[in-house]
Amino acid sequence: MKWDEFFVTGDPLIYGADVSIVLTMVGILFYLTKFKKWKWLWDEWLTTVDHKKLGIMYIVSAVLMMFRGGVDALLMRAQLAVPEANFLDSQHYNEIFTTHGTIMIIFMAMPFLIGLINVVVPLQIGARDVAYPYLNAVSFWTFFIGAMLFNISFVIGGSPSAGWTSYMPLASNELSPGPGQNYYLLGLQIAGIGTLLTGINFLVTILKMRAPGMTLFRMPMFTWSSLVTMVIIIFAFPILTVALVLMTFDRLFGSHFFTLQGEGMDMLWANLFWLWGHPEVYIVILPAFGMFSEIISTFSKKTLFGYKAMIWSMLLIAGYSFLVWVHHFFTMGSGAVVNSVFSITTMAIGIPTGVKIFNWLFTMYRGRIEFTTPMLWSLGFIVNFVVGGVTGVMLAMAAADYQYHNTYFLVSHFHYVLIAGTVFACFAGLIFWYPKMFGYKLNERIGKWVFWIFTIGFNVCFMPQYFLGLDGMPRRVYTYSEESGWGPLNMVSTIGGFMMGIAFVILVYNIYYSFRFAKRETTGDAWNGRTLEWSTPSPMPPFYNFAKIPEVTGLDHFWKQKQAGKVEKLKAEDIKKIHMPSNSGVPFIMASFFFVAGFGMVFDWMWMGIAGMIGVFGTLIYRSFEYDDGYYVSVEEVIETEKISK
Amino acid sequence: MANKTAVNEHHGFPWKHLIGFVLSIVLTLFALWVALGTDLSLTWILIIIFGFAFLQAALQLLMFMHVTENSTKSNLTSRVQIGNILFAAFVAIVIVIGSVWVMTAGHAKHDKHDEPKTENQENHGEHESH
Repeated sequence: MKWDEFFVTGDPLIYGADVSIVLTMVGILFYLTKFKKWKWLWDEWLTTVDHKKLGIMYIVSAVLMMFRGGVDALLMRAQLAVPEANFLDSQHYNEIFTTHGTIMIIFMAMPFLIGLINVVVPLQIGARDVAYPYLNAVSFWTFFIGAMLFNISFVIGGSPSAGWTSYMPLASNELSPGPGQNYYLLGLQIAGIGTLLTGINFLVTILKMRAPGMTLFRMPMFTWSSLVTMVIIIFAFPILTVALVLMTFDRLFGSHFFTLQGEGMDMLWANLFWLWGHPEVYIVILPAFGMFSEIISTFSKKTLFGYKAMIWSMLLIAGYSFLVWVHHFFTMGSGAVVNSVFSITTMAIGIPTGVKIFNWLFTMYRGRIEFTTPMLWSLGFIVNFVVGGVTGVMLAMAAADYQYHNTYFLVSHFHYVLIAGTVFACFAGLIFWYPKMFGYKLNERIGKWVFWIFTIGFNVCFMPQYFLGLDGMPRRVYTYSEESGWGPLNMVSTIGGFMMGIAFVILVYNIYYSFRFAKRETTGDAWNGRTLEWSTPSPMPPFYNFAKIPEVTGLDHFWKQKQAGKVEKLKAEDIKKIHMPSNSGVPFIMASFFFVAGFGMVFDWMWMGIAGMIGVFGTLIYRSFEYDDGYYVSVEEVIETEKISK
Repeated sequence: MANKTAVNEHHGFPWKHLIGFVLSIVLTLFALWVALGTDLSLTWILIIIFGFAFLQAALQLLMFMHVTENSTKSNLTSRVQIGNILFAAFVAIVIVIGSVWVMTAGHAKHDKHDEPKTENQENHGEHESH
């Protein structure tokens, strides 16, 4: 392989990216060295096992990935704005929609939600850390390395171009030669390890580490939604792992699981992909539902309406989510019986979701509603998500789906549920818990501008796509003819897309603005909250979270204490020594070896792949013989810390 | 984090895990050998490796997954354990039976290139363009 095959060459956009990557790297290295931050970086971040810091790193990575995926989206919209445009060629366009989809789902939506879960859930249940803090660090670093491996594809070796679904035989060696598709397989595989470990970690944390008195039916709704999400992760992700391994074998070792030759079954990939893919949709929407529940309840000053109905509908959704996957490929033609069954299950899954919508409405009914930014995002979610839900039920009818399939109608539908659901929740949750993480609120005035520009832009962008779809415009085309008449609506859609881009830029500016000018928050309870995380000091509770573990007496415990005027003051005699986990650099090193192994396998350099895997197993063995069960924080240190931060 | 006091608890050697690990590798290698290194007919190979697969699953459950752990400490743990096992069984059945059903009904049956095309009852109403 020559160097000009190794690096992607010939496209000015890519050269621009090369230059900006090198400049950013040099800038970071210069900053770290000049201000002697290397040790700080290693001690405070790279080796940390603190769930709050890992959560913040998840969120920072997710915002970066949102930028990358968003730029991809704008490039696509720029190409499609007018008919027969020559901004991107077809290969480049295919690469961009592939990376846009993959990054937004796997490396933006999931880490954003998992990041917020990391920061909030242990605080909500009154725990000092997660059940397996070390594993939590492994989760983060494997996710991060998987994301980086996937992202370097566009400057080294070439990006995957078979769509985020990577259907066979399109993704096979014959039709997608080169390392691009391997990046998809290995990047997702490595990041998937992290997600599966997170699933196990938080399931155990929520079941085993709740504060005394917090029974399952006293848990905050966000914790409940996280618990259900973790159950889905544990059962859905192994399917993806296996499917990815099989396709990796097809591409690297010449097996015939999904190939056209040798009795392979190409559509079995689609089947396995969506067996994971549909539960995945609920993995990214249930935590969003949980956040909206917390926010709507907080700013309506009321206990959540239909708490138990919410939980049962989530459990139903968890079960149903495994029973609807065929609706992604009705047109494969499995026959009337199969399609009818999956039509019915798909429509049925709308019922528990509808129950939740009504519960949010009834929570607001006769509440004293405060229109803060997180609340605005939640209200925007209800309206826009319902549009996505209704078109979803339209798509669920198998006979009608033959018309909608592979058109912009579908594209618009899933953006209406994923953006109005997940992305709105990410913004709402970030703004809501921002004071908990950093000790000040994001500016509300700028935040409201962001909300309105983004929401209007979102509708301007995607509403026309429903009509483009009904008019027959297929998805995944890099251009279309003048005569099709799709030009004007596409132009409108592109304008909307750029409005969303502007809103994102203002959001980032708001982070900078608020960092400089926002009033610092001293109480720890910035929004007059209801759940336990607001009883801890801000910014960022001390690393052990709770000096004294609270005793929970009911739902919305902290709120009720405040209403009764008996929020407990911490007394020195209550403090006992605290057992905490030690930091470790091993997860970071292990993930780095995963990068070496993954990179080697992407280019089919087996020596490098094997060397990397030896490194991975080396770190596993090292860990097995490491007898570090953590340390105790002394009573004196706790007292000292509490005085400073209280 | 100034005053660190180390905590140390040491447990016995994990024989159970070691035996389980070795056995699961042996079973995998044996299945590989049956598939690649013997002259048995396809049917027999399938029967044998399916047998190994079930053995493997049982082994994993027994040696690593605490399936026999019956918690007398709390009612919740055992309820969670039972719910977990039931849901696992549900998902496994959906994946296996669901996939076979979806991949063999209607048009999909043509993906099996080696078998003669047989009409099955449920899809005679389908259009047959391919």
